[in-house]
Amino acid sequence: MTIQTPAATAAPAAPLLEVQELTCRFGGLVALDRVSFAVQPGEIFGLIGPNGAGKTTLFNLIAGITAPSSGAVLWQGAPITDLPPFRRNRLGLARTFQNLRLFDGLTVHDNLLVALRRQPGESLLGGLLASPSHRRGERQRQERAGQLLEELGLQALAERPAGTLAYGDRRRLEIARAMATRPSLLLLDEPAAGMNPSEKDDLCDLIGQLRRRHGLTVMVIEHHVPLLMRLCDRLAVLDFGERIALGSPEQVRRDPRVIEAYLGGSPP
Amino acid sequence: MIDNNLLVQMLIGALLGVSVYLPLAAGQLSLATPAFYAVGGTLAALLSTTWPALGAGADGSLPLASFLLELLLGGLLAGALALLVGRPVLRLQGIYLAIATIALVEIVRVAILNLPFTGGAIGIFGIPQPFPTAAGYLLPALGLLALAGWLCQRLEVMPLGRAMAAVRHDELAASCMGIDTTKVKLTAFVLSAVLAGSTGALAAHVLNTWNARQGSFDTAVTMLAFVILGGSRSWLGPVVGGLLLTALPELLRPVGDGRLVLFGLVILLGPVLFPQGLITAALLERLGRLGERAEAREPQP
Repeated sequence: MTIQTPAATAAPAAPLLEVQELTCRFGGLVALDRVSFAVQPGEIFGLIGPNGAGKTTLFNLIAGITAPSSGAVLWQGAPITDLPPFRRNRLGLARTFQNLRLFDGLTVHDNLLVALRRQPGESLLGGLLASPSHRRGERQRQERAGQLLEELGLQALAERPAGTLAYGDRRRLEIARAMATRPSLLLLDEPAAGMNPSEKDDLCDLIGQLRRRHGLTVMVIEHHVPLLMRLCDRLAVLDFGERIALGSPEQVRRDPRVIEAYLGGSPP
Repeated sequence: MIDNNLLVQMLIGALLGVSVYLPLAAGQLSLATPAFYAVGGTLAALLSTTWPALGAGADGSLPLASFLLELLLGGLLAGALALLVGRPVLRLQGIYLAIATIALVEIVRVAILNLPFTGGAIGIFGIPQPFPTAAGYLLPALGLLALAGWLCQRLEVMPLGRAMAAVRHDELAASCMGIDTTKVKLTAFVLSAVLAGSTGALAAHVLNTWNARQGSFDTAVTMLAFVILGGSRSWLGPVVGGLLLTALPELLRPVGDGRLVLFGLVILLGPVLFPQGLITAALLERLGRLGERAEAREPQP
């Protein structure tokens, strides 16, 4: 199975997420080739690799958008490979998208309300008749949306259609929307893309804060390597669909295969 | 010029517009409304002409309770049919869904035409009347429309309505936010069918006769025109579209044969002049602000 990393042997609890021998082929193209690793609860796990290395494909497999050709995805030790995206989200797995997929016509506030789930006991009929349990659920949703807006500094924009927001705000709204589903694992697909250095610093702080406050585990794809080195507890490096390295930022930085993949050159 | 009979017809048009709007609010272009309308109407026509327990009189009268029961049963049967066909059909998207639902309309039409008990091409006639005049139908038609409007209005502040909007904007993102998109689309489809079925049951009595031609491809296109002209940003759009486009051919009667050309022109020019439909988000916002101002002017107790 997977090669046990030092971090994995140190934590005896089942990993929050584990991918085993994941392979994904599109026709003749092998986008992912037997990729395995485990993400431990509470860590920030980075995923780097050159363009076309298969990072987003891997996220799509984990989120359930694409089915793997072979291999398995485990959630707290149980296989979830056959579950549709919405079931995986309800287990506690939320994601953002590389190309931002907000509900552009809805307001910022409504984007969050969409993601806030119905409480147990709320029914369709109860909603139509504004039953006490519906009103209680609605009050909780409004409160929670308010908290999230405040936490991500979006209060002032609450009533604006999401499509009219500036780029950085849209990125933050997508994180807020994912957080609204109360995830235990947050998948961030290039959250800093298109941001200037100071915005990138702010984002770094934000991710750290969210982890502390919500006991969150984070998986993040990023091209900006210095940012990842600072943010992540561990990193996996993909190249042409293969996991070529796994370990602490320090280990990965010194790995000859990583240096080769990023800088080119012949293997030692 | 607009008599009670036409008013009832207009209300039926508005109801059918809302029925097309409901799946559209979840991003699904379904043209199945005429099929469910035909199912509801046929059921009501059959029940009231053949089931003695409903109490149809020899003079062609029908107790009000039986009429209301038919509205309910027509809606339920159409809803059950939608539940049955919805799951496979809603796997299709966009224009493919539209084509599949047109096929459903044709299947229902041909079935009604050929079933041994639906009267063939002539159909079912002499359907008993719960009201002595057309004016009597105004209240149930208005009631049904009020119910449909209330449903749409409530949906806006309910998780289901928000989920429908999310699926309309981006189905993939919605499913990643924990929304069971299949269930949301199916619910909207069934709600639309129930409304169309009840409307069909109402229409069967209004028209006094019912046949397979009531739900056809032509009807599907007309109903779609209600939504296109009225606008699909709010349920009020299809209501306005349904009222206007049902009244128009009648109002144009003095023009003679030219009326169909004029009707076609309106359908053609509507989207050109009002690409968002007559009822737009901006218009609703202006109306909302007017309402707020009127409230502010009210003397505070």
